[in-house]
Amino acid sequence: MNILELRDVHRTHGVGDVAVHALAGVDLTVAEGELVAVMGPSGSGKSTLLNCAGGLDRPTSGDVLVEGKPLAGLTRKQLAALRRRSIGYVFQDLNLLHSLTAVENIALPLELDGVSPRRAHRIAVQSLDEVGLGDLAGRFPDDMSGGQQQRVAIARALVGDRRLVLADEPTGALDSVTGESVLRLLRARVDAGAAGVLVTHEARHAGWADRVVFLRDGNIVDTSGPLAQPEDLLATGGAG
Amino acid sequence: MSIKHGLLALLERGPMHGYQLKTAFEESTGGTWPLNIGQVYTTLGRLERDGLVESLPEHDGQREYEITDAGRAELAMWFATPVSRTDRPRDELTIKLALAVATPGVDVRAVLQGQRTATVRTMQEYTRLKASSDKRSDLSWRLVVEAMLFQAEAEIRWLDHCETTLARYQPETPAAAVPTPEPGQTAPDRTAPAGTAPERTARKAGRR
Repeated sequence: MNILELRDVHRTHGVGDVAVHALAGVDLTVAEGELVAVMGPSGSGKSTLLNCAGGLDRPTSGDVLVEGKPLAGLTRKQLAALRRRSIGYVFQDLNLLHSLTAVENIALPLELDGVSPRRAHRIAVQSLDEVGLGDLAGRFPDDMSGGQQQRVAIARALVGDRRLVLADEPTGALDSVTGESVLRLLRARVDAGAAGVLVTHEARHAGWADRVVFLRDGNIVDTSGPLAQPEDLLATGGAG
Repeated sequence: MSIKHGLLALLERGPMHGYQLKTAFEESTGGTWPLNIGQVYTTLGRLERDGLVESLPEHDGQREYEITDAGRAELAMWFATPVSRTDRPRDELTIKLALAVATPGVDVRAVLQGQRTATVRTMQEYTRLKASSDKRSDLSWRLVVEAMLFQAEAEIRWLDHCETTLARYQPETPAAAVPTPEPGQTAPDRTAPAGTAPERTARKAGRR
């Protein structure tokens, strides 16, 4: 089942001679259990694609469907509800609230969505457990390392029944091993039945995806297709 | 790197016979470097001649080898000496791109993208391999896979850098990205670069 579908999506900023075509007819589907990485140079449209997919930006033309529902037909309120319930965002800028503890940061969106505080707390603790931070539930973000904060942000993005996870350079400035643990979490969530889109300029991160699409000037110019059996690779000898 | 140093490192763990060495060598290199048993015995013969290993008396039809003090000193020296990368400029990809920018009619951006996609796909496969090996406690094997990942990533970064350099070099015709020879300049031999990449990429360019 396709969780995310972009059909001939255009997004133009400005008009006339100064118009910038951030997206120029992008078609992309992401199925349940599939992680798609988007790579491309600065200004190629990666973040615009992610914002359109997540209902944070509206396409100039074309359709975006999340779990089969066209976003264009939703009211502002319905769109906000969809963003809270169905879509998880992990951005480089973590947007954690510093006056709230780790567990409160995760419980807040649930409570806003009508979940009882006690239940929201329980779900949030469980979510922190999943990212290996169950012991730090009561800590404030400022008392945590960068990697721990990023894990809290991931836990918040994945909490509840979100089926679509959108990540924009989710490892930020983390060291490579800590960064990799973030990718593993994302991968595990997708394998458990979500769909994921990962915007990155790091090929090592894109390696965790099932498919990598390359954007240039608002167009998808290439896609890495289906994978061979990995066991065949080493036998033939090396990366060269 | 020579098989010689690999065998010395393995013998530092304790005496082994030829077949054990072959198996242990292949395990520690993640299967990336298969050895035939003949190579192992030839190398052991040279190591013994040079006084770096000693053969022990035959036991059950198998002869074990043991590292000597001179062998340990050689091994320590090898670990302490940085690896030279001087052969890198002769890498085929480097040469292919160097020729591509100097050859009329080649869509260099498409050549770059073709390589980028292929290398990213290789990285996806290595990553799967790594993810599937989490239960393995074999650290050597994991390091080998990660080395391949980092090398592939370096290649991608270099390809990105080439593309940006190319774009800035010819700001007037960024779409074509093919250097036109100056009037009077002799065009290089068009058959010089490998033919398949430009052909494949020409199709991609047409799709755009």
